[in-house]
Amino acid sequence: MSFSISKQGDVVVVDVEGQLIVGNRQELKQKVLDELERGEKKFLIDFSQTGYIDSSGLGVLVSLSKKIREQGGELRLANLNDDLQTLFELTKLDTLFQISDTRERALESF
Amino acid sequence: MARPRVALDVEIPSDVKYIEHVVELATRQCRELRLPPHKCSLNVPVALSEALSNAILRGNADGKGKVRIRAVIRDDAVVFDITDEGPDFDMDAKRVEPTPENVTREEGRGLFLMHRLMDRVEHIYKGGNVIRLTLRRE
Repeated sequence: MSFSISKQGDVVVVDVEGQLIVGNRQELKQKVLDELERGEKKFLIDFSQTGYIDSSGLGVLVSLSKKIREQGGELRLANLNDDLQTLFELTKLDTLFQISDTRERALESF
Repeated sequence: MARPRVALDVEIPSDVKYIEHVVELATRQCRELRLPPHKCSLNVPVALSEALSNAILRGNADGKGKVRIRAVIRDDAVVFDITDEGPDFDMDAKRVEPTPENVTREEGRGLFLMHRLMDRVEHIYKGGNVIRLTLRRE
């Protein structure tokens, strides 16, 4: 499991490879907060290579969303597979995040 | 009717770094049993991950003790027992439903997810907490 960060235009794109769970959520949080501190405002998390997410991982996404918004930025999500879509629907987090089917659509939406 | 058989019985230290490996062992069993794919890729990994992190971070909150994971295969269901060494707690009191006012909470979804992703969730106290997760095979 790892996180890779790249820049597409003015959007910071984070790829979550593997699981986003209690054991690695702080790593994701810190990477995004570091970018936020550098002045980045637009963030996209791409889940195309993600297995499963637990409640701690979901909690970190909520936390990051709040912190980014407090700084006048935006966090969007892309490429949730059917399982992840179900997870977001069960927890009603699909109402909190702007979620796109593809990375391209998400980038265009900023 | 076949006798229930133990498919997994492992004990781990109270450290979240072991969760992913145990979950992988359990999901492998699910795939071998040919459970519906979403049960192997969503229900089991997420519910088990929640039960394990609760056992490690809340049950054995002092960082000591072990967590035992046991999976029993029955004709109709897979039953996971996750056992910690912590004090008794009121499971229902800690369950948070995803109401509109709760949706921005950063914590509290674990028990809710276990209940939604498993067919049955039981809490038994036997000198430690046993969280029993039952998932029908069909």
